[in-house]
Amino acid sequence: MRFGVKVWTALGATVLLGGAATIYTLDAMAGNPTRARPDVTVAVDHSGPPDLLEPGRLLFRTTAPGPDHGKVASVALADPGGPRRISQLACDRFHTEAGTGVCLATAPGLMPSAVALRVDERLRETERVEVAGIPSRAKLSAGGRMATWTTFVTGDSYTQGTGFSTRTAILDRRDGAYLSNIEGIPLTVDGRPYQAEDVNVWGAGFTADGSRFYATVSTAGRTHLLEGDYDAWTARTLAENAECPSLSPDGRRLAIKKRVSDDAARPWREYVLDLETLRETPLAETRSVDDQVVWLDEHTVAYELPRDGGSDIWAVPADGSGAPRLLVPWGSSPSVTSRGP
Amino acid sequence: MYIASARETGLEARPDGAGRRVAGNVFALGAVSLVTDVSSEMVTAVLPLYLVLQLGFSPLQFGILDGLYSGVTAFVRIAGGTLADRWQRRKLVAGLGYGISAVAKLGLLGVTGSATSMGLVLAADRTGKGLRTAPRDALISLSSDPGTLGRAFGVHRAMDTVGAFLGPLVAFLLLWAVTGGYQAVFFVSFCVATLGVVLLVLFVRDHREPVDRRSSVSPRAAFGLLRDRGFRRICGWAALFGLATVGDAFVYLLLQDRLSIEPAYFAVLPLGTAGIYLLLAVPLGRVADRIGRWKVFVAGHLALLAAYTLLLGAADGLWLVVASLTAHGLFYACTDGVLMAAAGPLLPAGLRTSGLAVLQTGQALAKLASSVLFGAAWTLWGMRPALYLAAGALAVVVVAALIVRPLRAERGAV
Repeated sequence: MRFGVKVWTALGATVLLGGAATIYTLDAMAGNPTRARPDVTVAVDHSGPPDLLEPGRLLFRTTAPGPDHGKVASVALADPGGPRRISQLACDRFHTEAGTGVCLATAPGLMPSAVALRVDERLRETERVEVAGIPSRAKLSAGGRMATWTTFVTGDSYTQGTGFSTRTAILDRRDGAYLSNIEGIPLTVDGRPYQAEDVNVWGAGFTADGSRFYATVSTAGRTHLLEGDYDAWTARTLAENAECPSLSPDGRRLAIKKRVSDDAARPWREYVLDLETLRETPLAETRSVDDQVVWLDEHTVAYELPRDGGSDIWAVPADGSGAPRLLVPWGSSPSVTSRGP
Repeated sequence: MYIASARETGLEARPDGAGRRVAGNVFALGAVSLVTDVSSEMVTAVLPLYLVLQLGFSPLQFGILDGLYSGVTAFVRIAGGTLADRWQRRKLVAGLGYGISAVAKLGLLGVTGSATSMGLVLAADRTGKGLRTAPRDALISLSSDPGTLGRAFGVHRAMDTVGAFLGPLVAFLLLWAVTGGYQAVFFVSFCVATLGVVLLVLFVRDHREPVDRRSSVSPRAAFGLLRDRGFRRICGWAALFGLATVGDAFVYLLLQDRLSIEPAYFAVLPLGTAGIYLLLAVPLGRVADRIGRWKVFVAGHLALLAAYTLLLGAADGLWLVVASLTAHGLFYACTDGVLMAAAGPLLPAGLRTSGLAVLQTGQALAKLASSVLFGAAWTLWGMRPALYLAAGALAVVVVAALIVRPLRAERGAV
């Protein structure tokens, strides 16, 4: 083949392959939920924005297709399927406690980075922290003092090994202390002091007084439930194979997810762990729950399950009885304002 | 001696003036590598996220998959090198490697959740990478004037690194534009990889050498190359240096640990190394051609030693970041292509792919072992003692290399 012919062939191939790549990408972009036409079956309440001080409201992230995809919304807990009030605050994870909120959102830009916001009762930003990685979990302690969040951080080409880790941060509103990555906490595993380079911590949550926290720690190929002492700054493992703990309102139980199957498509099952006896109760939800659940009250937990193009919020009794029920279609990241009088 | 026979078997000896230019074939191979690296680094950048966030793999499962298939390449490389030499079809074997990796990108589109099928796809991708590396380097080596090999490899590695720069950028741009657009990343990556194969087919010229007897090319013959003193030494020392080299990931982790670098900037650290490497690959290749490749190779490890010393406390703050990343990039510019340039002329043209495959495999296995050992030392004794140990080991090997001067003859021979 003459050189000129080769050059033309190469140019032709470039145009062809570039065209295919462009068409595929544009088609995929058209599938972005924010560009999709709004789902008319989702009723919207235009009477006002969500208010975190209003009791009896379920706050969540709306995942319905349309321009509001990803924004924080609220519905009446008494009528969770009813019309939703929608805010202008877009988050990947949202959690509310005591009239304040924490919002973990993907930051626009080329590198995967995020921003964690503390917001007031009208969802106005009061504090902003730049965070590396991709949003995963965010939680406030009861009373709203402690905020913690987790992101996934990935290295790039020159980073060998798994190229993947988690970072969990703690923001203490009382004294403004901020820890961007808590994995260096002195750690006791199975009763022995433990140090390793591959320690990852994720999915933390605090007790109401902010003195203790529960989280997941993974190292040497195992995951453990971790109990941290914030004031003494030490941590120990309580149980193996338990992730994303969520403390019940009475502070005596933890909802956790356990890896129960090697099937990567559905590995999780939700349990409730009694902190005193360490007895585990499987919940009636048998589908794979990959979420840090929240407690709606002493008897019920809520969590998200994926659906085509988004997710739904489900609820199930915390004692293993009953059956899961659909709480909010097209939603994720649930949490509740105070129950009110 | 092989040095003599390499010359006889037709490394096109050109008059000095013509030999100063880098062969068109090297640019062609560089372009193929650039495009292919855009494709592969796109996937590398997003794959952990995809596996863990979308498919729900545990980080451990991913770590196992990743480690497993890094091991696979070591052996595929020898097989690929032998086949390329045996058929004297280096372009075909390299093209096969590029092609398999391209198809694997398409395979990623089809994998949804099963660890087994993901394992197969990743294995195919790594097999492709293992197959293509040695024939590609052999083609660079055989297409170039022996006197300017350092520069030729420098040009190739610089082009390759441009691709490594662009890949993650393209991938994250796509992920940004397309919510949850991993499939789009994989598809675009496939298109780009295919373009790489097209460029290879169109513009890369094969380089065939007459071989006495086909049966004389076999894995056994490949390892038999180690009977040659010069080649054996270069392999042994390269492995020894590899054993004393701490993996890149650890360097960045150490930096981050020392400076509590804002996590948002952590991903930028490797780009610092790559940037310096990109800038210096060609100039240092030329220096290597002039003063001797082995010298530059050893000097590169001195730069690495400097980086370790800086990390151990010789500097702080911004100065530490800049100096250590510069030293780290310098290390790559002095060693990566330069070693291939040093080894090429020691190998008979007919067995060049096999020989380079043996060298690369030895080096890769040594680095793998050092990563495991360093990780264990870090776990046992902590970060600083582990780094002292690594720096000490590296210092010993560098000093030994300076005293023994294992490739004294190299300068005269090349």
